[in-house]
Amino acid sequence: MPDLNFRPIWRYQDQLVEGVLTTLLLTAVATIAGLVIGIAGAVLIRSGPKPVRWLLRIYIEIIRNTPVLVQIFIIYFVLPSFGLKMTPIQAACVALSIYFGAYAIEIIRSGLDSIPKSQIEAGMCLGITRMQVLRHVILPPALRNIYPSVTSQFVLLLLGTSIASQVSADELFHVAGFIDSRTYRSFEVYTLICLIYFGLVISFKLAFAALGRLAFRWPVRR
Amino acid sequence: MALVEISDVHKSFGALEVLKGVSLDIEKGEIVTIIGKSGSGKSTLLRCINALETINQGEIRFEGQPVSTTMPNLRTMRQKVGIVFQAFNLFAHMTIERNITLAPVLTGKVAKSEARPLALDVLERVGLADKIDAYPEQLSGGQQQRAAIARCLAMAPHLMLFDEVTSALDPELVGEVLRVMEEMARQGMTMVLVTHEMNFARNVATKLIFMHQGRVWEQGNPGELFDNPQTPELKSFIGAAA
Repeated sequence: MPDLNFRPIWRYQDQLVEGVLTTLLLTAVATIAGLVIGIAGAVLIRSGPKPVRWLLRIYIEIIRNTPVLVQIFIIYFVLPSFGLKMTPIQAACVALSIYFGAYAIEIIRSGLDSIPKSQIEAGMCLGITRMQVLRHVILPPALRNIYPSVTSQFVLLLLGTSIASQVSADELFHVAGFIDSRTYRSFEVYTLICLIYFGLVISFKLAFAALGRLAFRWPVRR
Repeated sequence: MALVEISDVHKSFGALEVLKGVSLDIEKGEIVTIIGKSGSGKSTLLRCINALETINQGEIRFEGQPVSTTMPNLRTMRQKVGIVFQAFNLFAHMTIERNITLAPVLTGKVAKSEARPLALDVLERVGLADKIDAYPEQLSGGQQQRAAIARCLAMAPHLMLFDEVTSALDPELVGEVLRVMEEMARQGMTMVLVTHEMNFARNVATKLIFMHQGRVWEQGNPGELFDNPQTPELKSFIGAAA
């Protein structure tokens, strides 16, 4: 066991804060973009035109069956040869959004499928539009059903942002490597980074649990 | 012109022809009950009236307009035709108030500020005013079904369809739902019911339809049909039901 000395690391607290903020930024962008992709994709894959459904299927299968590290490399290192040049942060945002979107489509689709046809029928019979049925009748109970899957996928995404370090986006894990290379305090650095990730995830989980209790208050038969 | 004109309607599910040429007129103010064995096509016929099913042949007109799933005013038609289902189909994530006011508010029938008074009004008519803030799962089956009826009433429909609305209820809860429907009948609502409640069919309905093998087998005045069935099929159906 090496002797612990956190003091050298402490000098890099500004970078650490930056790293946390970047990690949160990547997570937030990918979550929002991914959920938009997820909702639109889920609706289209259920009832869109056949070619669109096929394209979505291909998208989902490619993303879910290849390493996210490879995806991010393709976006950062390969796309520039086609004239699409991005900063590391931009590339990471795009890659993680595409990645999260593929999982979100499948999760949201399963949520929409969990709503009985009779509920949709009852909505349509009231003479409201399809969009209104989707928004008011289908989505709330569907969201409740998939809430645990969405939140755990969110956690995987937050932890997965560390992969952006490989294209030198200055997120938390990249900052850790930087501090380690300057201080050679690997044990302290990675212990601290672990605790930060752990703290972030636990905070989000507590927040999601509270939010879920607030948003899904209606009684259900079990 | 009848409120609903059904002429020579055929409907198949795959190779199975469920409706084999049904013709029927429903006048304003009539209480029509449709009886028959399961599989005779009665629920399917009911669902065709508000375009929940596409018909393969023939025509259905509501207030003179041909009804189909692709008709131009599908939503306007459905706002005028209420339907109550066997399984209630209330929205579990909404309070009773919101279940009732969702469609009237979204379609612009009432302003948001008028929504709660409207919900109270229709809930009073079904005897559930005290349940306005409850969620469906907190109500008994009979109460849920009355709330579902109130949801339809809030749209001030010109016609109400009832698809075996008491079949999923415990026997002691059937009465409260039937009483609400009797009251609606007294107030002049045009109603079409698929039902197994023979007493209702006999005493409240103004017209009785007996369906058999996808056809209207007999129709007419309920009292006469019950007392003097013309076909052996109706005779045995009434015998079995009694």
